[in-house]
Formats: sequence, C-alpha cells, structure tokens
Amino acid sequence: MSAMNEMKTLYLLVPFAPLLGSIVAGLFGRWVGRRGAHTVTILGVLVSFLASIAIYFDVQAGNTFNGPLYVWGTSDGLSFEVGFLIDPLTVMMMLVVTFVSLMVHIYTIGYMADDPGYTRFFSYISLFTFSMLMLVMANNFLQLFFGWEAVGLVSYLLIGFWYTRPSAIYANLKAFLVNRVGDFGFLLGIGLVAAYAGSLDYVEVFAKAEHLAGLTETVTGWPLVTAICIALFVGAMGKSAQVPLHVWLPDSMEGPTPISALIHAATMVTAGIFMVARMSPLFELSDTALSFVLIIGATTALFMGFLGIVQNDIKRVVAYSTLSQLGYMTVALGASAYSAAVFHLMTHAFFKALLFLAAGSVIIGMHHDQDMRNMGGLRKYMPVTWITALIGSLALIGTPFFSGFYSKDTIIEAVAEANVFGAGYAYFCVLAGVFVTAFYTFRMYFLVFHGEERFGKAHHGHEAHGHDEHHGLAPGEKPHESPPVVTVPLVLLAIPSVVIGYFTIEPMLYGGWFGDAIQVLAEKHPAMAHLAEQFHGPLAMALHGFTTAPFWLALAGVVFAWFCYLVRPQVPEFFARTFRPIYVLLENKYYFDRFNEVVFAGGARLLGRFLWQIGDRTIIDGAVVNGSASMVGELAAAARTLQSGRLYHYAFAMIVGMVVLLWFIYGGH
Amino acid sequence: MAGIPLLSLAIWIPILGGLLVLAVGGNDRNVPLARVTSLFAAALGFAVTLPLWFQFDAGTSALQFVEIRDWIPRYSVRYHLGVDGISMPFVLLNSFVTLIVVIAGWQVIRERVAQYMAAFLIMSGIINGIFSAMDAVLFYVFFEASLIPLYLIIGIWGGPNRVYAAIKFFLYTLAGSLLMLVALLYLFYASNGSFEILDWHRLPLDLRTQQLLFLAFLVAFAVKVPMWPVHTWLPDAHVEAPTGGSVVLAAIALKLGAYGFLRFSLPIAPDASMSFQWLMVTLSLIAVVYIGFVALVQEDMKKLVAYSSIAHMGFVTLGFFLFNRLGVEGAIVQMISHGFVSGAMFLCIGVLYDRMHSRRIADYGGVVNVMPKFAAFFLLFAMANSGLPATSGFVGEFMVALAAVKTNFWIGFVAATTLILGAAYSLWMYKRVVFGPVANEHVAALEDIGAREFWMLAVLAFFVLLLGVYPAPLLDVMHASVDELLRHVAAGKLH
Repeated sequence: MSAMNEMKTLYLLVPFAPLLGSIVAGLFGRWVGRRGAHTVTILGVLVSFLASIAIYFDVQAGNTFNGPLYVWGTSDGLSFEVGFLIDPLTVMMMLVVTFVSLMVHIYTIGYMADDPGYTRFFSYISLFTFSMLMLVMANNFLQLFFGWEAVGLVSYLLIGFWYTRPSAIYANLKAFLVNRVGDFGFLLGIGLVAAYAGSLDYVEVFAKAEHLAGLTETVTGWPLVTAICIALFVGAMGKSAQVPLHVWLPDSMEGPTPISALIHAATMVTAGIFMVARMSPLFELSDTALSFVLIIGATTALFMGFLGIVQNDIKRVVAYSTLSQLGYMTVALGASAYSAAVFHLMTHAFFKALLFLAAGSVIIGMHHDQDMRNMGGLRKYMPVTWITALIGSLALIGTPFFSGFYSKDTIIEAVAEANVFGAGYAYFCVLAGVFVTAFYTFRMYFLVFHGEERFGKAHHGHEAHGHDEHHGLAPGEKPHESPPVVTVPLVLLAIPSVVIGYFTIEPMLYGGWFGDAIQVLAEKHPAMAHLAEQFHGPLAMALHGFTTAPFWLALAGVVFAWFCYLVRPQVPEFFARTFRPIYVLLENKYYFDRFNEVVFAGGARLLGRFLWQIGDRTIIDGAVVNGSASMVGELAAAARTLQSGRLYHYAFAMIVGMVVLLWFIYGGH
Repeated sequence: MAGIPLLSLAIWIPILGGLLVLAVGGNDRNVPLARVTSLFAAALGFAVTLPLWFQFDAGTSALQFVEIRDWIPRYSVRYHLGVDGISMPFVLLNSFVTLIVVIAGWQVIRERVAQYMAAFLIMSGIINGIFSAMDAVLFYVFFEASLIPLYLIIGIWGGPNRVYAAIKFFLYTLAGSLLMLVALLYLFYASNGSFEILDWHRLPLDLRTQQLLFLAFLVAFAVKVPMWPVHTWLPDAHVEAPTGGSVVLAAIALKLGAYGFLRFSLPIAPDASMSFQWLMVTLSLIAVVYIGFVALVQEDMKKLVAYSSIAHMGFVTLGFFLFNRLGVEGAIVQMISHGFVSGAMFLCIGVLYDRMHSRRIADYGGVVNVMPKFAAFFLLFAMANSGLPATSGFVGEFMVALAAVKTNFWIGFVAATTLILGAAYSLWMYKRVVFGPVANEHVAALEDIGAREFWMLAVLAFFVLLLGVYPAPLLDVMHASVDELLRHVAAGKLH
C-alpha cells in the first residue's frame, strides 16, 4: 500500500514539478532573475524526467495505474475526473516529453541568452511541459481535452513570443484558430462518446467499444464508431497538422527555434498521433475511419515533402519535413500499425529535435540569418553542429542502423501489408516520400555545410523571408561554433537518434511491450502480425534494409541532391524554369493559404458585416425598433394636427360627429 | 445563525447603504467619505451573503433561508423570500460584483460620486431581491425597480449617445415586462388569488393557456437575456454605459431573464416549454452563430464584448431547453462564469478607456509593450471568453455542448462552432489591441495597471481559474434543485 502511495507521489511530481517551475519563473521572474528562472525550471523538468525514469522501471516491473486525482464535477450521471492512466504507452511518452524538454531547457540558456523575454520564455516552456504531460497521462477524455487545448495555448504564446513582429502575431492567431477547427471535431467526438458510452473514462469507454460498434448515431444514421473516430481524428488533424489543417505549422516557425524543436516537432504535434494510438480499441472497429486516416496521412506525407524542396529558410525545410513525417505516423495509424506510429513518434522526436536545434545552432552562428542561400561550407566553422546535423539527417532519411530506419521501414512494410481502402495509394505515397525526404534533407545539408561559403556578403536579390532586418553576418565575418549549452544537448540528442531504434524495436513492436495499451484486431488487420513473423532481430533487419527499395530511393535522393547542389548548381534553376507551373504551385504551397484567407477569413468578415449592417442595423433596429418608435411619433404628429385651435374646425368635427351618431342610432330603421 | 434574516440583510444593507451614501456625500459634499461608506456597505453586503453558501444544505431542493411576512394581505401579497440551489449562487455573485464595481469606480468617477455609488448599491439590493423573491408581486416590483438605477447609470454617467441608449434600454425592457404583468395577473386569478410562485408551479393549466403564458414570459425574459432578435439594445447600452454599468449589466442584469425562464416559464408552463423547444433552440443557435459573426467585425471593443455576451447567453438558453441535467447545469455554470469573465472583460476595456478615452480597436496596438501586467490579465480573460479549458468559460460551454450532442448531433454541431467563433473574435481583438509594435504615441504613453486595478483583476482571475479547475462545489450546490425542476418539467401538467 505504501509503495502504491509512493508511486502516486511520483506521478504527481511528473507534471507538477514543471508547473511549479513555470509559476515561479512566470510570476516571480523579476525577483528570481534570469539565473533563478532557468535554474528553477530546469530543476523542475529534471525532477520530472527522473520521476519518469523511476515510473518506467515500475511499469517494466508490471505495475500500471488507473485512477482519479480528484472529481472535477458531476452532472447527469457523468463523472468528470482528473486522473492518471499509467501504462507503457504513457510512460514512453513521458520519457520522450521530459527528455526532449530537458534538452530544450538547457539549450535555451544559450539560444535566448540576449533576449529580454528570457524568464518569460522559461516559464512558457515549463508550462508547456506540464500541459503536455497532463495530456499524455490523462485517463479520460476531459483531461485529454484540457491538455489538448492547454498545449495549444502555450503554442499560441510561444509562436507569438516576439509579439512586436507582425508575422509572428499573425502566425499565432492562425495556429490557434486552425487548431480550434480541429478541436471543433474533437469536441463533437467527445460529445458522442459521452452520449453513447455514458462515460468519459478511457477504460470504461473501451470496455463498451464492441457494444458501440453495433450502434448507429440516431439522428444522422451514421455508424457510431466511425462517426466518433472521424470526429476525434479531425482534432488530431488540427494538432498534428494533417492536410488540410496543416497550414499553421510552417508559419509557427515564427517562434523561437527551441520551441520549434520541442513543440512543433518533437512533442505537441505528435499529440494527435498519440491520441489515435490511445484510441486504438475504437479505431480498430471502423475500417472507414482507418481508410480516412490512411489517405489523409499519405497525402500529407508526400505532398508536404514536396514543399520542403522549394524552401530557402532553413527552419521551414525542417518544418515541412516534420509535416511529412507526421504524415508517415498517420499512415501507420491508418494501417493499424499503431505501435509503429508511436515508435516513429519516438525516434522522430529525437532526430527532429536534434535537427531543429542544429538548425538553431546554425542560426546563432549566422547571427540570425535563416536563409540557406547565404550559408555554405559551415562544416569548417561549426564542427559539432555539422556532425550532429549529419547524424540527424541520416536518421531522418532512414539510413540502416539509424533510429529513423527502423521506424520508417516498419511503417512502409506495414502499409504494404495493409488491406483497408486506399492502402495502394498510401504505399505509393510513403515510398515516393522516401526519395523526396532524402532529397530535401540533403539539399539542406549540402547548402548549409558544404560548397561555396556564401555568407558575409552583402545579400540582395533574395526576397526577404519575413523579418531579418538587422540579421546576418557582416562582410568578412565568419560563423562560429555555438557555446556548450547549445552543443551538449545536440550531442545528447544525437546518441538516441542513432541507437534508440536498434535497441527498442524488438520490445516495442514485436515483444508486446505495450500490452493492452494498444489493441489490434489481428484477424482483420494482420499487417503487424505478418511483420512479426518476418522479423529476425534488428541486425538482420538493417542488413536486409540495404537490399530494399526504400534504401535505394533514399540513396538516389541523396545523390541527386549532391549532383544538383554541389556538382551542377545550375540544375535546380533549369528545373524551376522548365517545370514553371509546378514550381509556382509549390512556391505558393498549393494555394492553401490564399484559399483560406479569401474564403474563410474573408468570407467570415463579409458575413459578419452583412449580418451586422443588414440584419441588426437595417432590419431589426431600422425597420422594427426605430420604425415602431417613429410610427408612434408620426401617429402623434397626425393626431396633433387635429388640435388646430380653430373654433370652426372643432364645430365642423362636432357636426360630422353628430351626423354619424344619428345615423348609427336611426340609420338602421 | 438561525433566525437571522440573511436574505433581507442581503437586500436591504446595500439599499440602505446606498441611501446613507447619498446622505453623507450627495452633491459631492464629501467625496472621500462617500467612497469609504460605499465600500463599507458593499463589503458588508457581500459578507452577509457568505453564510448563504456555507450554511446551504445541498441535499434538498426546498427553499432555504425562508422569510415570510404579510405585505398586502387583502391581495394575499407576501414578503416571501427564499433561495434554492439555482438562485443562491447568483445572490453571491451579485454582491461580489457590486464590491468589484465600487472598487472599479474608486478614482475613475469624479463627479456625483455619491449618486454613482448609491445607484450601484441600490441596484445590488434590488437584484438580490429578484433572485430571492418567491412572491410574484414582490418579484415584479424588484424586477421593474432594477431598471431605474441602471437607466440612471447609463443616462447620467454614460457616453455621448447615452440618452438614446438609455431610452432604448428602458423602453425595450419595459415593453417586455408589461406582458409578464398580464401573465402574472392571469395566474393570480387562475390560482384563486395567490401570488405564491410555488403555488403556480403546481397549478394545473391546459396546453393552450400554458403556451400563451409561455409567450408572455418569453417576451419579457428574451429581452433581458437578450435573445436574438430582441438583442439590439444591449450593444448600445454597453457602449454608452460607464465601466461599472457595463460590468453590472453583463455580469448580473443579463442573468435576470435567464433566471426568469427557470423560475417561471419552465415550471409554470412545462408542457408549453416542451412544445416550444424547437423555437428556443433555434433562437439560441442563431444567437451563437449569427452573433458570433457580428462580434467578429466590431470595431468598438465594448460592442465586441457586448455581442460576445449575447452569444454566450445563447449557450445558456440552449442549455435550458435541452431539458437534461447536463444542459441545465452547464447553462447555470455558464451564467456564473459569464458574470466573472464578461465583467472582467469590461473592466479591462475600462482600464484602457480610462487612459486613452477610446474604445476603438484601431486606436490601439502594441499595448503589451507598455502594459505587460495588464496584457497578461487581459489574455487570461480573452482566453476564458473563448472557452479555454481550466478557465470558467470552458465548463459551461463544454457541458452544454455535450448535452446538445446527446440531444441531437446537429444541434451540437452548430453549437460547437462557438469554439472557432469565440476564439476568432476574442483573440483577433486581442491581437490588434495588445500585440504588435507600439501603434502611436498615445499607446506609448500608457501606464501599466496600479495596485487597485491589479488586485481587482487578480481576484476575478482567481475565480475564473478556480471555477475552471474545480467546478464541482458549484455543481454540487445545484444538483438537487435542478433535478427537482427537471422532474417537474418532465411530469408536465396535462393529466
């Protein structure tokens, strides 16, 4: 019993230590100072990380937990609770979130060193860590939604961190609203769950999953589980930036780079993936929903990858790569390979956080110039950043033995085995995506670290990407390697980026490590079961990897990038000229932004003005309210004219009255 | 404490306090004394409501803290007070808001201070009377009397177009309540000479009569809420009202109509309420969507928040007419939350208006650069206004949305658009006013909030967060009363 209580204390420590740090840094930042703020927040996250490790070992020993913290409210037989569900899926997410968050906290000391909002920034990222942990540790939909929106809030605050920049405050509003569109679906999904399952507790709802699968939604006539899953997935599309709700993520790069790594690559954007994996008992029961997930994910994986090719801002390349990789995870969910999706979520968290932080290090070295056309040859000046970025890139493109290889290859294999509608399309997308990924990744790598040194020149002729008025290296100035607070996190992230896949693939995917946390109906969706039969250890898988199509596609992508950007730099120009319409389409990001601005933002304002001016002012106020008021006035005015004061008027009226009266009395006879 | 007439104290302390303030400080004789007396009266008025919360028995739906005295025995009109789990929280909210309003007007109001403070204190007592009156005549007297102080507040301390706004407000609401008077008189005769509201709850009525009564009440209450399409007085009244007037108007006055539905329409005409469900739900959804879009394009901050109030009240009426516990309780929580959030929003706008003398969004920009503390509070309230979880604004919306999906998926679908619309109008305004570079030299000269404003907003922020993180106590208080009400409505009167 006391051991149980000790564990409960640990569970509480995980989210609330960062919250405490956030409150101290946020409300008392002025008193604790910069050093105090980063000390207390880092300490908070460190405690949280260590507690997560302890909980990990406890879960390894077979102890899971599901219980309430307190009752938030009750109504109509529903009990809304705040509580924790601690199982392998949760504890894996806790480790990823707290570890990456810790790295980012440390890195921030260097990256934000000169920023006046230093303490505020630490307060925000700790608040984010708290919110994200509440999300992953939730044992019910209410708390899930709470965490879901709370991470959205912190994302809003951090994208708009530099609040004087018009582009930043545009981006954060856009991010929040697009996420709200997703949350709209999410809320409806939760509403359906509450209405038909009569509970918001995961375990209770999952226990009724079979029963729900037999029902149809009474008003719409839709199969209930399909409706629930698609509505919930719309929420995931917002949070995990799936087409067409992806538009906020590239713009979110307006925020400082550490949070691009933490929030917009490693953790928050994977909340949608995590949520669907958590809901696997429901999604398994609807092939329609799985197809929907599969097709959306595949589209995101390939078509967002294309956009990475035409970006010149180093952070935006990584951002589009994140979109594409989120697409891979989503595809895996649609293929019922939930464990593979979560596995890729984990490996991606490490190597993408690494790539973002490396990009941030490059940005520091370049004095906040983010345009890759002004870089080149940086490997000489920034050796640690160079090597770690190379490791991250190799992991991203799925080089055998690197972590990304194990997760991505599994996804591709799983999609090949999938049997729901759209699997063929998805397989094509993820396979083609391998080439695209390798191409844009190494395009970035070569442009930044190899080739001609293009920095330190007066740069003109480039369209300004945003806001770098005073940025960039002065002529003759050389980039420099970043301080240890920046490079040490890079190294610490590079290690798992290489090895984590090798060591974890067997337990996570084929060893049943997730237990009941992820449920797959193997008869209906046998993909992962088939893969398990073919799996003969990580070494064999990597060696076999050299002979498969994805490897050769990736290699072709790297070679092509090398040829285009190092050997023959005029080739990209040639392609851009020759395939002008396609290039323009990509440059304009398929016109999603333009469409949203005109149709949704413009349309909403137009409709609002119409309802206001015509509905409220002209009809209700003009015709009805003031109309009736002026009618009273006019009647009064008319009546007033009768009172002329002239005697003969009155006498005449009297005579008329008498006549009418007499006619009434005697007229009938 | 038994035997102490708490409700009478809650009514008469502010009213007598208001008269005392007039006596000591009328015509600006002694402004500091008028202020201190007002603060004292408001604080005492709030203090006597606290036992209502702590001694409340949540286990019963029966009236509590009952006081009965004869008033006009010939027509069996009685001074009958009492609260249940539905009305009790509003007495507290009202007395609390009065305290905030007195503090908010502390330095800002410089002319006719005593009259200003007295108007709010008297208003506060009258509104406590509305929420605790169980005799229809007593209710009606308080209900109509509440118009007068608010009319004066807008008409005297208001903006340039205050006379139009005050008269529009007065006529709109008076016209509405005349029909209610007819309904009350009908019920008096139908019940063989009783003005007891509880007697009327038990009075058997055929459907036709119920429907006529329902419509008569509807006109009165819909104007107060206000529901679309009788809402256009509210934006005008808000724009012209001084900050304190807007706070009371939004936080308390709008709740009177909604309360009327629960105390009169639903229990007296339950079958008619059911038969008009389609109408009420439709009007509520129009309020949420139509008004949401209208709020989006407002150029005046106060108008924007006024419209957002109408949209939020749309959630309240929607929740009532879903006829399930989740919906009704969610709606009541929404009312309480809206009291804090809209009150705080108007206070925030007041803070800006006191400094800039403009409410136009276009005159602002980059306020965060010069008023960071204020910006933090304003963000919290803007987020609460858009229903962010862990703020009070979420609780009611979430519960009503769940109830709506349960009743009919498409009702839930339309209602849930508030997630997008609420965030759009609140945060777009916030972006234009607070974020960005300093827009002009007037903004550059702004001073951040002082201690009085800080604590005023901090207290509200505390309640917004507390209610968002732990609404259970409030929900527990109302369970029994809401249960009883819904049982009564479901049973109907047509046997």
